Amino acid sequence: MVMKGKNYLSGNNSASFVAIFKRDIRLALRNGIGSFIAVIFFVITVTLFPLAVGPELNLLTRVAPGVLWVCALLSTMLSLDSLFREDFEDGNLEQIVLGVLPLELVVLSKAFAHWVTTGLPLIICAPVLAVLLNMSGKGFIVLILSLLLGTPALSMIGTVGAALTVSLRRGGVLIALLVLPLSVPILIFGVGAVEGAIFGLGERSPLLILAGGFVASLVLAPIASAAALKMAVE
Amino acid sequence: MELYGGYMNIDNKQKGELKANNLTCVRGEKTIFSKVNFTLSRGEALLVTGPNGIGKSSLLRVLSGFLKPSKGELSWRDGSVYQNIEEYRTLVHFVGHSDCIKSSLTVFEHLLFWSRLRGNSSSAYEALERTGLLNLAQTPGRFLSAGQKKRVSIARLISTYSPLWFLDEPTVTLDADSEKKLEELIIDHRSGGGIVVVATHSKFRLDQALNLDMGLKAIEEDESEKQKLKTYENKNKQDTWEEW
Repeated sequence: MVMKGKNYLSGNNSASFVAIFKRDIRLALRNGIGSFIAVIFFVITVTLFPLAVGPELNLLTRVAPGVLWVCALLSTMLSLDSLFREDFEDGNLEQIVLGVLPLELVVLSKAFAHWVTTGLPLIICAPVLAVLLNMSGKGFIVLILSLLLGTPALSMIGTVGAALTVSLRRGGVLIALLVLPLSVPILIFGVGAVEGAIFGLGERSPLLILAGGFVASLVLAPIASAAALKMAVE
Repeated sequence: MELYGGYMNIDNKQKGELKANNLTCVRGEKTIFSKVNFTLSRGEALLVTGPNGIGKSSLLRVLSGFLKPSKGELSWRDGSVYQNIEEYRTLVHFVGHSDCIKSSLTVFEHLLFWSRLRGNSSSAYEALERTGLLNLAQTPGRFLSAGQKKRVSIARLISTYSPLWFLDEPTVTLDADSEKKLEELIIDHRSGGGIVVVATHSKFRLDQALNLDMGLKAIEEDESEKQKLKTYENKNKQDTWEEW
Protein backbone atom coordinates (compact mmCIF):
# COMPACT_ATOMS: atom_id res chain seq x y z
CA MET A 1 0.00 0.00 0.00
CA VAL A 2 1.00 3.63 0.29
CA MET A 3 2.70 3.38 3.67
CA LYS A 4 6.31 3.71 2.48
CA GLY A 5 7.62 4.43 5.91
CA LYS A 6 5.34 7.38 6.38
CA ASN A 7 4.17 8.24 9.83
CA TYR A 8 0.39 8.11 9.58
CA LEU A 9 -0.18 9.54 13.03
CA SER A 10 2.22 12.46 12.99
CA GLY A 11 1.17 15.79 14.44
CA ASN A 12 0.82 17.35 10.99
CA ASN A 13 -1.54 14.63 9.91
CA SER A 14 -3.81 14.89 12.91
CA ALA A 15 -3.94 18.68 12.55
CA SER A 16 -5.13 18.44 8.97
CA PHE A 17 -7.48 15.55 9.81
CA VAL A 18 -9.15 17.79 12.38
CA ALA A 19 -9.09 20.75 9.98
CA ILE A 20 -11.00 18.85 7.27
CA PHE A 21 -13.50 17.52 9.81
CA LYS A 22 -14.11 20.92 11.35
CA ARG A 23 -14.46 22.65 8.02
CA ASP A 24 -17.04 20.11 6.81
CA ILE A 25 -19.07 20.51 9.98
CA ARG A 26 -18.84 24.28 9.70
CA LEU A 27 -19.97 24.19 6.07
CA ALA A 28 -22.89 21.94 7.01
CA LEU A 29 -24.00 24.27 9.81
CA ARG A 30 -23.72 27.37 7.61
CA ASN A 31 -25.62 25.72 4.78
CA GLY A 32 -28.55 25.69 7.19
CA ILE A 33 -31.50 23.47 6.35
CA GLY A 34 -29.80 22.10 3.24
CA SER A 35 -27.46 19.92 5.25
CA PHE A 36 -30.20 18.37 7.30
CA ILE A 37 -32.41 17.32 4.42
CA ALA A 38 -31.49 13.71 5.18
CA VAL A 39 -33.05 13.89 8.64
CA ILE A 40 -36.13 15.68 7.37
CA PHE A 41 -36.51 13.04 4.67
CA PHE A 42 -36.18 10.35 7.33
CA VAL A 43 -38.90 11.87 9.51
CA ILE A 44 -41.29 12.38 6.60
CA THR A 45 -40.92 8.94 5.03
CA VAL A 46 -41.35 7.17 8.37
CA THR A 47 -44.51 9.16 9.15
CA LEU A 48 -45.92 8.21 5.75
CA PHE A 49 -46.06 4.55 6.76
CA PRO A 50 -48.78 4.73 9.43
CA LEU A 51 -50.78 6.87 7.02
CA ALA A 52 -50.43 4.36 4.19
CA VAL A 53 -50.60 1.08 6.09
CA GLY A 54 -53.41 2.19 8.35
CA PRO A 55 -53.71 2.59 12.08
CA GLU A 56 -53.70 -1.11 12.90
CA LEU A 57 -51.30 -1.27 15.85
CA ASN A 58 -50.29 -4.92 15.56
CA LEU A 59 -49.25 -4.49 11.95
CA LEU A 60 -47.25 -1.35 12.75
CA THR A 61 -45.47 -3.09 15.61
CA ARG A 62 -44.54 -5.88 13.24
CA VAL A 63 -43.05 -3.63 10.51
CA ALA A 64 -41.56 -0.89 12.74
CA PRO A 65 -37.89 -2.08 12.82
CA GLY A 66 -37.81 -2.71 9.08
CA VAL A 67 -39.41 0.63 8.21
CA LEU A 68 -37.05 2.58 10.46
CA TRP A 69 -33.98 0.86 9.05
CA VAL A 70 -34.97 1.16 5.39
CA CYS A 71 -35.74 4.85 5.83
CA ALA A 72 -32.43 5.41 7.64
CA LEU A 73 -30.61 3.69 4.79
CA LEU A 74 -32.34 5.71 2.08
CA SER A 75 -31.85 9.04 3.79
CA THR A 76 -28.14 8.31 4.24
CA MET A 77 -27.93 7.64 0.48
CA LEU A 78 -29.69 10.93 -0.20
CA SER A 79 -26.98 13.00 1.45
CA LEU A 80 -23.97 11.23 -0.07
CA ASP A 81 -24.07 12.98 -3.41
CA SER A 82 -22.39 16.16 -2.24
CA LEU A 83 -19.77 14.46 -0.07
CA PHE A 84 -16.87 14.94 -2.49
CA ARG A 85 -18.57 16.67 -5.41
CA GLU A 86 -18.50 20.21 -4.04
CA ASP A 87 -14.81 19.97 -3.22
CA PHE A 88 -14.16 18.46 -6.63
CA GLU A 89 -16.00 21.18 -8.50
CA ASP A 90 -14.51 24.18 -6.72
CA GLY A 91 -10.96 22.80 -6.79
CA ASN A 92 -10.52 22.19 -3.08
CA LEU A 93 -10.11 18.46 -3.69
CA GLU A 94 -6.91 19.26 -5.59
CA GLN A 95 -5.67 21.29 -2.64
CA ILE A 96 -6.54 18.43 -0.30
CA VAL A 97 -4.60 16.02 -2.52
CA LEU A 98 -1.60 18.37 -2.34
CA GLY A 99 -1.82 18.33 1.46
CA VAL A 100 0.12 16.15 3.85
CA LEU A 101 -2.79 13.94 4.86
CA PRO A 102 -2.97 10.62 2.95
CA LEU A 103 -6.20 10.40 0.96
CA GLU A 104 -7.37 7.37 2.95
CA LEU A 105 -7.44 9.51 6.08
CA VAL A 106 -9.06 12.38 4.20
CA VAL A 107 -11.89 10.00 3.31
CA LEU A 108 -12.15 8.91 6.93
CA SER A 109 -12.30 12.50 8.13
CA LYS A 110 -14.98 13.48 5.63
CA ALA A 111 -17.00 10.33 6.34
CA PHE A 112 -16.88 11.10 10.05
CA ALA A 113 -18.15 14.62 9.40
CA HIS A 114 -20.87 13.18 7.17
CA TRP A 115 -21.94 10.82 9.91
CA VAL A 116 -22.07 13.58 12.52
CA THR A 117 -24.31 15.70 10.29
CA THR A 118 -26.60 12.91 9.04
CA GLY A 119 -26.23 9.67 11.02
CA LEU A 120 -26.24 11.24 14.46
CA PRO A 121 -29.43 13.32 13.95
CA LEU A 122 -31.11 10.16 12.56
CA ILE A 123 -30.26 8.28 15.73
CA ILE A 124 -31.69 11.08 17.84
CA CYS A 125 -34.96 11.09 15.86
CA ALA A 126 -35.32 7.32 15.61
CA PRO A 127 -36.75 6.61 19.12
CA VAL A 128 -39.44 9.28 18.70
CA LEU A 129 -40.45 7.82 15.37
CA ALA A 130 -40.41 4.34 16.89
CA VAL A 131 -43.13 5.47 19.28
CA LEU A 132 -45.12 6.66 16.28
CA LEU A 133 -44.86 3.17 14.78
CA ASN A 134 -45.88 1.57 18.09
CA MET A 135 -42.62 -0.31 18.35
CA SER A 136 -42.36 -2.57 21.36
CA GLY A 137 -40.51 -1.03 24.30
CA LYS A 138 -38.06 -3.91 24.42
CA GLY A 139 -36.49 -2.83 21.14
CA PHE A 140 -35.59 0.79 21.89
CA ILE A 141 -32.11 0.37 23.30
CA VAL A 142 -31.15 -2.17 20.64
CA LEU A 143 -32.54 0.12 17.93
CA ILE A 144 -30.23 2.90 19.07
CA LEU A 145 -27.30 0.51 19.43
CA SER A 146 -27.84 -0.99 15.99
CA LEU A 147 -28.10 2.45 14.41
CA LEU A 148 -24.95 3.57 16.26
CA LEU A 149 -23.06 0.70 14.65
CA GLY A 150 -24.90 0.69 11.34
CA THR A 151 -25.09 4.32 10.24
CA PRO A 152 -21.31 4.95 10.39
CA ALA A 153 -20.87 1.78 8.33
CA LEU A 154 -23.38 3.15 5.81
CA SER A 155 -21.48 6.45 5.66
CA MET A 156 -18.22 4.57 5.07
CA ILE A 157 -19.67 2.34 2.34
CA GLY A 158 -21.29 5.42 0.83
CA THR A 159 -17.93 7.18 0.41
CA VAL A 160 -16.99 4.57 -2.20
CA GLY A 161 -20.04 5.40 -4.31
CA ALA A 162 -19.56 9.13 -3.82
CA ALA A 163 -15.88 8.93 -4.79
CA LEU A 164 -16.55 6.86 -7.90
CA THR A 165 -19.23 9.25 -9.18
CA VAL A 166 -17.49 12.48 -8.17
CA SER A 167 -16.75 13.62 -11.71
CA LEU A 168 -20.25 12.90 -13.02
CA ARG A 169 -22.71 15.76 -13.14
CA ARG A 170 -25.65 13.70 -11.96
CA GLY A 171 -24.31 10.89 -9.87
CA GLY A 172 -27.11 10.72 -7.33
CA VAL A 173 -29.01 7.74 -8.71
CA LEU A 174 -25.82 5.98 -9.69
CA ILE A 175 -24.56 6.23 -6.11
CA ALA A 176 -27.70 4.50 -4.90
CA LEU A 177 -27.24 1.74 -7.49
CA LEU A 178 -23.62 1.23 -6.46
CA VAL A 179 -24.05 1.47 -2.73
CA LEU A 180 -27.44 -0.06 -1.92
CA PRO A 181 -26.40 -3.66 -2.79
CA LEU A 182 -23.31 -3.25 -0.62
CA SER A 183 -25.33 -2.03 2.33
CA VAL A 184 -27.81 -4.93 2.30
CA PRO A 185 -25.89 -6.89 4.99
CA ILE A 186 -25.97 -3.86 7.29
CA LEU A 187 -29.73 -3.58 6.76
CA ILE A 188 -30.37 -7.28 7.39
CA PHE A 189 -28.43 -7.45 10.63
CA GLY A 190 -29.62 -4.05 11.81
CA VAL A 191 -33.25 -5.10 11.48
CA GLY A 192 -32.34 -8.57 12.76
CA ALA A 193 -30.95 -7.14 16.00
CA VAL A 194 -34.02 -5.02 16.74
CA GLU A 195 -36.45 -7.83 15.91
CA GLY A 196 -34.34 -10.24 17.93
CA ALA A 197 -34.76 -8.01 20.97
CA ILE A 198 -38.51 -7.53 20.43
CA PHE A 199 -39.46 -11.13 19.63
CA GLY A 200 -37.05 -12.71 22.07
CA LEU A 201 -34.70 -14.33 19.55
CA GLY A 202 -31.66 -12.62 21.06
CA GLU A 203 -29.96 -9.48 19.77
CA ARG A 204 -26.38 -10.31 20.64
CA SER A 205 -25.18 -12.07 17.50
CA PRO A 206 -26.72 -9.68 14.93
CA LEU A 207 -25.19 -6.78 16.87
CA LEU A 208 -21.78 -8.45 16.86
CA ILE A 209 -21.99 -9.06 13.11
CA LEU A 210 -23.04 -5.44 12.67
CA ALA A 211 -19.99 -4.35 14.66
CA GLY A 212 -17.84 -6.55 12.41
CA GLY A 213 -19.35 -4.90 9.34
CA PHE A 214 -18.64 -1.48 10.82
CA VAL A 215 -14.99 -2.28 11.46
CA ALA A 216 -14.55 -3.86 8.01
CA SER A 217 -16.05 -0.83 6.26
CA LEU A 218 -13.89 1.46 8.39
CA VAL A 219 -10.78 -0.21 7.03
CA LEU A 220 -11.74 -1.15 3.47
CA ALA A 221 -13.89 1.76 2.30
CA PRO A 222 -11.18 4.46 2.67
CA ILE A 223 -8.78 2.43 0.53
CA ALA A 224 -11.33 2.03 -2.27
CA SER A 225 -12.51 5.65 -2.07
CA ALA A 226 -8.96 7.03 -2.07
CA ALA A 227 -8.17 5.06 -5.21
CA ALA A 228 -11.29 6.45 -6.89
CA LEU A 229 -10.46 10.02 -5.85
CA LYS A 230 -6.94 9.71 -7.23
CA MET A 231 -8.44 8.90 -10.62
CA ALA A 232 -10.83 11.81 -10.33
CA VAL A 233 -8.13 14.50 -9.90
CA GLU A 234 -6.11 13.31 -12.92
CA MET B 1 9.36 14.54 5.16
CA GLU B 2 12.76 12.86 5.46
CA LEU B 3 13.35 12.87 1.73
CA TYR B 4 13.09 16.57 1.14
CA GLY B 5 13.39 17.86 4.67
CA GLY B 6 16.83 19.29 4.12
CA TYR B 7 15.60 21.67 1.49
CA MET B 8 16.00 24.84 3.50
CA ASN B 9 19.50 23.95 4.62
CA ILE B 10 21.10 23.77 1.22
CA ASP B 11 23.00 26.98 0.60
CA ASN B 12 24.97 26.28 -2.51
CA LYS B 13 23.10 26.61 -5.73
CA GLN B 14 22.20 23.18 -7.01
CA LYS B 15 22.03 22.61 -10.70
CA GLY B 16 18.83 21.15 -12.01
CA GLU B 17 16.40 20.73 -9.18
CA LEU B 18 13.32 20.07 -11.27
CA LYS B 19 13.96 18.17 -14.46
CA ALA B 20 11.49 17.22 -17.14
CA ASN B 21 12.82 14.69 -19.57
CA ASN B 22 10.84 13.89 -22.68
CA LEU B 23 7.44 14.34 -20.99
CA THR B 24 4.56 13.12 -23.11
CA CYS B 25 0.92 13.23 -22.18
CA VAL B 26 -1.73 11.17 -23.93
CA ARG B 27 -5.35 11.31 -22.86
CA GLY B 28 -7.69 8.88 -24.48
CA GLU B 29 -6.42 8.68 -28.05
CA LYS B 30 -5.24 12.25 -28.26
CA THR B 31 -1.66 13.32 -27.67
CA ILE B 32 -1.91 16.50 -25.61
CA PHE B 33 1.77 17.31 -25.72
CA SER B 34 4.94 15.39 -26.38
CA LYS B 35 8.66 15.57 -25.73
CA VAL B 36 8.76 18.44 -23.28
CA ASN B 37 12.23 18.95 -21.84
CA PHE B 38 13.48 21.49 -19.34
CA THR B 39 15.69 21.85 -16.32
CA LEU B 40 15.02 24.36 -13.57
CA SER B 41 17.45 25.22 -10.81
CA ARG B 42 16.84 27.06 -7.56
CA GLY B 43 15.40 30.50 -8.18
CA GLU B 44 14.63 29.87 -11.82
CA ALA B 45 11.31 30.34 -13.54
CA LEU B 46 9.64 28.89 -16.60
CA LEU B 47 7.08 30.70 -18.70
CA VAL B 48 4.87 28.31 -20.66
CA THR B 49 3.15 30.04 -23.54
CA GLY B 50 1.01 29.04 -26.47
CA PRO B 51 -2.56 29.35 -27.74
CA ASN B 52 -5.61 27.79 -26.10
CA GLY B 53 -5.84 24.03 -25.93
CA ILE B 54 -2.19 23.42 -26.62
CA GLY B 55 -1.63 21.53 -23.39
CA LYS B 56 -0.38 24.19 -20.98
CA SER B 57 -2.81 23.20 -18.25
CA SER B 58 -2.13 19.50 -18.74
CA LEU B 59 1.59 20.16 -18.45
CA LEU B 60 1.02 21.97 -15.16
CA ARG B 61 -1.14 19.12 -13.88
CA VAL B 62 1.64 16.70 -14.75
CA LEU B 63 4.19 18.87 -12.95
CA SER B 64 1.93 19.09 -9.89
CA GLY B 65 1.70 15.33 -9.73
CA PHE B 66 -2.02 15.01 -10.43
CA LEU B 67 -1.50 13.41 -13.80
CA LYS B 68 1.07 10.81 -14.67
CA PRO B 69 2.80 11.35 -18.01
CA SER B 70 2.41 8.49 -20.46
CA LYS B 71 6.08 8.72 -21.32
CA GLY B 72 9.11 10.53 -20.01
CA GLU B 73 10.43 11.29 -16.56
CA LEU B 74 9.94 14.08 -14.08
CA SER B 75 12.58 14.30 -11.40
CA TRP B 76 13.06 16.46 -8.34
CA ARG B 77 16.54 16.61 -6.93
CA ASP B 78 18.09 13.25 -7.75
CA GLY B 79 15.10 10.96 -7.65
CA SER B 80 12.10 10.42 -9.82
CA VAL B 81 9.01 12.22 -8.58
CA TYR B 82 6.96 9.05 -8.93
CA GLN B 83 8.96 7.16 -6.33
CA ASN B 84 7.18 9.13 -3.67
CA ILE B 85 4.51 11.15 -5.34
CA GLU B 86 2.63 11.95 -2.13
CA GLU B 87 5.60 13.69 -0.59
CA TYR B 88 6.40 15.51 -3.79
CA ARG B 89 2.83 16.86 -3.89
CA THR B 90 3.28 18.47 -0.49
CA LEU B 91 6.04 20.63 -2.00
CA VAL B 92 3.72 22.01 -4.65
CA HIS B 93 1.55 25.09 -4.66
CA PHE B 94 -0.91 24.87 -7.53
CA VAL B 95 -3.17 27.70 -8.65
CA GLY B 96 -5.49 26.44 -11.36
CA HIS B 97 -8.63 27.61 -13.08
CA SER B 98 -10.95 26.70 -10.23
CA ASP B 99 -11.00 29.28 -7.48
CA CYS B 100 -11.33 26.87 -4.51
CA ILE B 101 -13.70 29.27 -2.75
CA LYS B 102 -16.58 28.06 -0.57
CA SER B 103 -19.45 30.51 -0.53
CA SER B 104 -20.03 30.27 3.22
CA LEU B 105 -16.44 30.42 4.51
CA THR B 106 -14.61 33.67 5.08
CA VAL B 107 -11.34 34.52 3.35
CA PHE B 108 -9.41 34.05 6.57
CA GLU B 109 -10.99 30.65 7.19
CA HIS B 110 -9.98 29.55 3.70
CA LEU B 111 -6.35 30.46 4.25
CA LEU B 112 -6.30 28.84 7.66
CA PHE B 113 -7.78 25.64 6.23
CA TRP B 114 -5.28 25.49 3.39
CA SER B 115 -2.30 25.90 5.66
CA ARG B 116 -3.65 23.26 8.05
CA LEU B 117 -3.84 20.91 5.07
CA ARG B 118 -0.10 21.32 4.77
CA GLY B 119 0.28 20.77 8.48
CA ASN B 120 2.16 24.04 8.69
CA SER B 121 1.74 26.81 11.11
CA SER B 122 0.00 29.45 9.12
CA SER B 123 1.00 32.99 8.37
CA ALA B 124 -2.46 33.69 7.03
CA TYR B 125 -2.51 37.18 8.50
CA GLU B 126 0.75 38.11 6.83
CA ALA B 127 -0.40 36.58 3.54
CA LEU B 128 -3.54 38.72 3.61
CA GLU B 129 -1.50 41.80 4.33
CA ARG B 130 0.91 41.20 1.49
CA THR B 131 -1.85 40.57 -1.05
CA GLY B 132 -3.89 43.54 0.14
CA LEU B 133 -6.83 41.43 1.27
CA LEU B 134 -6.82 42.41 4.91
CA ASN B 135 -10.06 44.35 4.67
CA LEU B 136 -11.75 41.29 3.15
CA ALA B 137 -10.56 38.85 5.84
CA GLN B 138 -14.01 38.37 7.36
CA THR B 139 -15.93 38.43 4.07
CA PRO B 140 -17.69 35.19 3.10
CA GLY B 141 -16.75 33.70 -0.27
CA ARG B 142 -20.09 34.44 -1.89
CA PHE B 143 -19.48 38.20 -1.77
CA LEU B 144 -16.10 38.05 -3.55
CA SER B 145 -15.63 39.05 -7.17
CA ALA B 146 -13.76 36.79 -9.60
CA GLY B 147 -10.61 38.86 -9.24
CA GLN B 148 -10.80 38.83 -5.45
CA LYS B 149 -11.21 35.05 -5.47
CA LYS B 150 -8.07 34.78 -7.56
CA ARG B 151 -6.23 36.98 -5.09
CA VAL B 152 -7.23 34.68 -2.26
CA SER B 153 -5.72 31.79 -4.24
CA ILE B 154 -2.56 33.85 -4.63
CA ALA B 155 -2.51 34.57 -0.90
CA ARG B 156 -2.47 30.79 -0.43
CA LEU B 157 0.96 30.74 -2.09
CA ILE B 158 2.49 32.71 0.75
CA SER B 159 0.34 31.52 3.65
CA THR B 160 2.51 28.40 3.79
CA TYR B 161 5.89 27.82 2.25
CA SER B 162 6.30 25.43 -0.68
CA PRO B 163 9.31 25.54 -2.99
CA LEU B 164 7.39 24.80 -6.18
CA TRP B 165 4.79 27.21 -7.55
CA PHE B 166 2.76 26.14 -10.56
CA LEU B 167 0.45 28.89 -11.72
CA ASP B 168 -2.08 28.32 -14.47
CA GLU B 169 -3.22 31.59 -16.05
CA PRO B 170 -2.82 33.49 -12.77
CA THR B 171 -3.53 36.90 -14.27
CA VAL B 172 -6.78 36.23 -16.12
CA THR B 173 -9.09 38.09 -13.77
CA LEU B 174 -6.54 40.30 -12.01
CA ASP B 175 -6.36 44.08 -12.30
CA ALA B 176 -3.06 45.80 -13.11
CA ASP B 177 -2.32 46.51 -9.46
CA SER B 178 -2.75 42.93 -8.31
CA GLU B 179 -0.78 41.70 -11.28
CA LYS B 180 2.11 43.84 -10.16
CA LYS B 181 1.82 42.47 -6.62
CA LEU B 182 1.93 38.93 -8.00
CA GLU B 183 5.08 39.77 -9.95
CA GLU B 184 6.68 41.04 -6.73
CA LEU B 185 5.67 37.89 -4.87
CA ILE B 186 7.22 35.75 -7.58
CA ILE B 187 10.46 37.73 -7.43
CA ASP B 188 10.53 37.29 -3.64
CA HIS B 189 9.89 33.57 -3.95
CA ARG B 190 12.63 33.12 -6.51
CA SER B 191 15.18 35.06 -4.52
CA GLY B 192 14.46 32.66 -1.68
CA GLY B 193 15.35 29.74 -3.92
CA GLY B 194 11.89 28.78 -5.06
CA ILE B 195 10.92 27.59 -8.51
CA VAL B 196 8.02 29.09 -10.45
CA VAL B 197 6.26 27.81 -13.54
CA VAL B 198 3.64 30.09 -15.09
CA ALA B 199 1.36 29.09 -17.94
CA THR B 200 -0.21 31.97 -19.80
CA HIS B 201 -1.54 32.99 -23.19
CA SER B 202 -1.32 36.67 -22.36
CA LYS B 203 1.71 38.83 -21.75
CA PHE B 204 3.12 38.30 -18.30
CA ARG B 205 6.42 39.71 -17.15
CA LEU B 206 8.76 37.18 -15.70
CA ASP B 207 12.34 38.37 -15.45
CA GLN B 208 15.08 36.06 -16.66
CA ALA B 209 12.73 33.22 -17.21
CA LEU B 210 13.13 30.28 -19.50
CA ASN B 211 10.46 30.20 -22.14
CA LEU B 212 8.66 27.12 -23.35
CA ASP B 213 6.51 27.94 -26.36
CA MET B 214 4.20 24.98 -26.78
CA GLY B 215 2.68 26.57 -29.89
CA LEU B 216 5.93 26.17 -31.84
CA LYS B 217 6.15 22.54 -30.91
CA ALA B 218 2.63 21.92 -32.01
CA ILE B 219 3.22 23.26 -35.53
CA GLU B 220 5.52 20.35 -36.38
CA GLU B 221 2.97 17.89 -35.13
CA ASP B 222 0.25 19.74 -36.99
CA GLU B 223 1.87 18.91 -40.30
CA SER B 224 1.60 15.20 -39.76
CA GLU B 225 -1.94 15.63 -38.46
CA LYS B 226 -2.86 17.58 -41.60
CA GLN B 227 -1.44 14.84 -43.76
CA LYS B 228 -3.54 12.31 -41.91
CA LEU B 229 -6.69 14.36 -42.32
CA LYS B 230 -6.01 14.80 -46.03
CA THR B 231 -5.72 11.12 -46.71
CA TYR B 232 -8.86 10.55 -44.69
CA GLU B 233 -10.66 13.20 -46.71
CA ASN B 234 -9.52 11.72 -50.00
CA LYS B 235 -10.71 8.33 -48.94
CA ASN B 236 -14.09 9.70 -47.94
CA LYS B 237 -14.50 11.48 -51.27
CA GLN B 238 -14.85 8.15 -52.93
CA ASP B 239 -17.54 7.11 -50.49
CA THR B 240 -20.86 7.20 -52.22
CA TRP B 241 -24.29 5.95 -51.52
CA GLU B 242 -23.34 2.60 -52.98
CA GLU B 243 -21.40 1.76 -49.86
CA TRP B 244 -24.48 2.08 -47.71
